[in-house]
Formats: sequence, structure tokens, C-alpha cells
Amino acid sequence: MKILVGVKRVIDHAIRIRVKPDGTGVESANLRMSINPFDRHAVEAAVRLVEAGHADEIVIVSIGPKAATDVILVALAMGAHRGVLLETDAKVETLAVAKLLKHVVDEEKPDLILLGKQAVDDDSNHVGQMLAGLLGWPQATFASEIKIVDGGIEVTREVDFGRETLALPLPALVTADLRLNEPRNTGLPMVMKARAKPLAVKPVADLGIDIVPRLVVEKVTPPRERAPGKVVANVAEFAAAIAAEVAKMEPR
Amino acid sequence: MSVLVLADVDQGKLTPATARLVAAAAELGPVDVLVESAAADEAKALAGVAKVLSADLPRAADALALLLATLSEPYSHVIAAANSTGRDVIPRLAALLDLMPITDVTAILGPNRFERPVYAGNAVETVSSGQAKQLLTIRASAFAPAGAGNAAPIETVPTGNGGVAKVIAEQRAETERADLSTAQIVVSGGVPLGDKFGLIFDLADRLGAAVGATRAAVDAGFADNSLQVGQTGKIVAPDLYLGIGISGALQHIAGLNGAKAIFAVNKDPEAPLVKLADVALIGDLFVIVPALIAELDRLGVKR
Ligand SMILES: Cc1cc2nc3c(=O)[nH]c(=O)nc-3n(C[C@H](O)[C@H](O)[C@H](O)COP(=O)(O)OP(=O)(O)OC[C@H]3O[C@@H](n4cnc5c(N)ncnc54)[C@H](O)[C@@H]3O)c2cc1C
Ligand SMILES: Nc1ncnc2c1ncn2[C@@H]1O[C@H](COP(=O)(O)O)[C@@H](O)[C@H]1O
Repeated sequence: MKILVGVKRVIDHAIRIRVKPDGTGVESANLRMSINPFDRHAVEAAVRLVEAGHADEIVIVSIGPKAATDVILVALAMGAHRGVLLETDAKVETLAVAKLLKHVVDEEKPDLILLGKQAVDDDSNHVGQMLAGLLGWPQATFASEIKIVDGGIEVTREVDFGRETLALPLPALVTADLRLNEPRNTGLPMVMKARAKPLAVKPVADLGIDIVPRLVVEKVTPPRERAPGKVVANVAEFAAAIAAEVAKMEPR
Repeated sequence: MSVLVLADVDQGKLTPATARLVAAAAELGPVDVLVESAAADEAKALAGVAKVLSADLPRAADALALLLATLSEPYSHVIAAANSTGRDVIPRLAALLDLMPITDVTAILGPNRFERPVYAGNAVETVSSGQAKQLLTIRASAFAPAGAGNAAPIETVPTGNGGVAKVIAEQRAETERADLSTAQIVVSGGVPLGDKFGLIFDLADRLGAAVGATRAAVDAGFADNSLQVGQTGKIVAPDLYLGIGISGALQHIAGLNGAKAIFAVNKDPEAPLVKLADVALIGDLFVIVPALIAELDRLGVKR
């Protein structure tokens, strides 16, 4: 079985971003960039399927600037076999990302696609569902467990009421939630080995795929500031403050 | 211009999100509601509904997206809840129709202008679309619910059999308590509660509140995953959010943007949730929570 994993380069999840004063976006200059956290779980799941003998090749794809090579290297260091960078400096909307990934899927013909559930910059949570839709493949989003069974996979998903398990024939697409696994750390030797693995770079402009944005981001604003609060001295004051809030509540 | 709303149904009943979706959709035009047949009678009573489309809806997104693609033809907007169902199906539908969806909408500024949070709620985008049709998921908690008393006509729609994914098992968390996403009071606990997470349930019961948890508490197995609040869990917008033993990581706070009052109990006065809170109490939660329950009893706090 061949697995394709999509990884995105994003501002590190631990950084609290700031909105630019002119409202055109968020400050991103000189911030630490990392692999999208969910995508590490997707890569880990793929590597474990190889280790368990269910799969034999993992191809990593990222769409982004030259610097996105870094996040492909993270995935290669974790155990993936080769990488593809579709290079562009443009901001690519999720629908266009899905179309570009489909282009790679058509070439690579994987049996399983693993993506993260959402990219923590735009918090879209789109691409997996879109790519599965474009391919006409079944999807299992927000996965917390993947089992290989006769004739396909069984995926447990985290849903509003708890968990549900889907059975899907292959080829199929799965998006990873954080409880899917504990991604491994990569030491320097693994990173050195990763640098020797094949990494193909293709300019997005050469692919003939329409990536013109459909939406206009008119402005970006900071969230509403909250008024400063107070620290109370004891349980009696805290309970009284709760009672005051409850008394204010209107029936919903 | 009319709007198709995918009702949110659980175990044959409308969830509280549906009335909010309908009210939000009514800002855009006459509303038709697509609903699992068991809940059609409930849906027709919602104010603002022009017509109910009742169907035996497929559970898996592949089949549901195909059905929505056929039904969506006459509508200017298709709207679902920004929850595990809507987030699963709307982007897939969008790909089938070659449209960019706008998801996790928190404000409707016009027929094709919306606000949505990005970066775990640390920024808010105003997005507009020139597309012919708008496909949206909406954060129900950001909108007031529609009233009742309507009697819209019900039309039965046939369901095709498009998909290949099958639901083979489900595990439900207990559901006696208030719905987390729309609850008026939420009491949440963090990882220090450990196997005493029951304290959070005791306090929540005292206040008629829904129970939430941090990812760390869920990961450690102290609380069910359906209780996780935050960027990757549920979004809540209560009048009162009570966070007990929660540091206030930005991914957790992302779930609280809509909360009116935030109260915190933490032994660390520098914890981010303490800094954010309207009212905070510093100390050991294992001492504070039982005393707080007793004090609320004494005060006779009732809702
Ligand atoms: C991609 C990504 C997505 C994430 N999504 C989410 C999400 O959706 N929701 C979420 O919650 N987290 C999420 N997280 C995790 C988040 O970053 C934090 O790790 C998590 O919220 C911390 O949980 P906590 O507050 O329970 O634990 P901690 O951060 O360990 O905080 C515990 C707090 O309890 C206090 N405390 C300890 N003992 C006591 C005591 N006896 N009495 C009183 N106070 C005490 C401590 O002072 C501390 O402030 C995500 C992380 C990533 C990387
Ligand atoms: N530019 C990209 N390159 C590669 N994969 C991506 C890209 N953007 C999104 N993805 C994948 O799609 C998932 C969901 O992203 P999103 O829909 O943008 O929230 C991510 O976790 C990645 O696995």
C-alpha cells in the first residue's frame, strides 16, 4: 500500500499572533514556522502503518514557498520515503490546495491519503473533505484510530456525541485528530538521513491549475478586548460573584 | 434568494443548534430546512421556516454531500452547523460544486459578507465572496435561537444511495446534562483534577451547567473527548464560564471567545486564564470546589 500525506508549513502553534495595525493580516515576519501539528499525527500514522507491514511507501506533499521544504524534511525524518514540494509564494485557498493535491494523487495513485484535520493558521478544516470529494473517495475526518481490515479500513472519529467508527473501502482519505497517536521526535541522525531522501520541487505555475482566490479577505481585526478582571479573596466572595452572574441571566 | 439549512439532529431530536441556524439563516432569506424525518415535526414549528424537507439522511459525508449537491441547486445559501457533521460535509459539498465555502461564521454582515475567526480566535477575518452560491458553516452559539409556533409544510425528499462509507459503531458519552455548545453556564476542568474529575460534575450539577474539559484532561483519560473545549474541540458561548485548574492555553481560550463572564480557580495567580478572567480565586481547587458547592447551597443559588 502506498500512502500520501499532506503537510503544511504554519506559524508555530505556540506563538500568539498579532494582527497588523493596518488590518491586512497578521504579523508573520521572523516568527518560528513549523509543521502543522495535526500533520505530524498524520505522518506518524503513516509511518506506523509501514512499521506494521501494511504499507511500503509514504510520499509527502506540501504546497507553499521554498521554505516549506523544512516541513517536508520533518516528515522524511520521521520515516517517510520521499517528498514533493509544489512551490508557490501565493496564498492558496483550500479549494485550490485540494485541486493541487488531486494533481499529485492522479500521478502517484496512493491507496490511502492522510491529512491533518485542520491547519492551525486559517483553522479551515476543509482540504481533506474537499480532496475526497474531488476524487470521489470515501472520507473519515477527525480520526482517533485507524485499523486495517480485510477489504479496507476502519476509522474511529471524534464526533460531537462521542465517537463513531466508519468502515471504508480503499482508496480512502483520513484526516488526523490529535488523539490518533503520539508523534515521534526526530534526532539529528534522522534529520541527516532525511536530507538524502528524494525531494522533487515543481512550480505550481507549471501545472495549469486555477488557483485564483474566490474569496476576498477585506480586513483582519483583533478579537474584542475583555475588560480587566479582579481576584477575589475567598470562596464566599467567589460564590457571591457567581450568584450575581446567575441572577443577571435571562432565560434562553 | 432562499436558504437551505441542514438541521442538526441527534438521536431523532433537533439539537439546540438548529433553532440558532434557522434564526441566522432567516437574516438571509426564506429558510427551508432539510431534516432527518424523525425530527421533521419539531423543525416545522421553528419560526422563519418556509418548508421542511424531510428525508432519511445518510450518516456518512460522502452520501450526504451528494444528496446536498442535488438539493442545493435552487438555493442561494446552504448552511450547516460548525460541528462534527457540518464541518465534515460542507467542504466536501463545496468541492463537488467547485465553490469555496466560508466556515465557522460568527457574524453575517450581508448576503455574501461574513466574519470568521482564524489563528485560534486571535484574529477575526471579514470575508466576502463573489460566488453565485454561499456554502457556510455557522457557529450556532454566536446567534440567538428562532422562536416556535410555526407550522411549515413538510415535503418528503427521496434519498439516493451515493456513498460507500458505513457507520459500524458508535460510543456515546452520557448526555443527561445541558448541551455544551449552547449552554448558559459551563463548568470546565483541567488536567490537575485527575480521577477527581467528578468534582466538576458535582459543581456543574449544582449550577445546572454543562461540563467541559481541556485537551490535557481528555488526553489523560479523565474526561470524554466530547467535552473538550477549544480550537480543536467545542466552541462554547455561555453567560458564565467557570474554569477550574485550567492554565488557559491559547488553544483552550479559542473555544471561549463568545463567553460573557469568565471565572477561574487556579493555584497560580499568573495563569493566563486567571489574567483573562473577570473574577478569579487563587488556591487549591481540591479545597475550593467542595467549599464552593457548600457556599452555593447556603446562598440558595438557583436557575
Ligand atoms: C494543535 C493543538 C490543538 C489544541 N487544542 C486544544 C483544545 O481544543 N482545547 C484545549 O483545552 N487544549 C488544546 N490544546 C492543548 C493546550 O495547548 C494545553 O496543553 C491544554 O489546554 C492544557 O490543559 P490544562 O489547562 O488542563 O493543563 P495545564 O496547562 O497543565 O494547566 C493546569 C493548570 O492547573 C493549575 N493547577 C494545578 N494544580 C492545581 C490545584 N490543585 N488547584 C488549582 N489549580 C491547580 C496550574 O496552575 C495550571 O494553571 C491544543 C494543543 C495543540 C498543540
Ligand atoms: N499548503 C498545503 N500543503 C499541503 N497540505 C496542506 C496544505 N494546506 C492544507 N493541507 C492539508 O490539509 C489539512 C487541512 O487543512 P485546512 O483545510 O487548510 O485546515 C492540513 O492539516 C494538511 O494536511
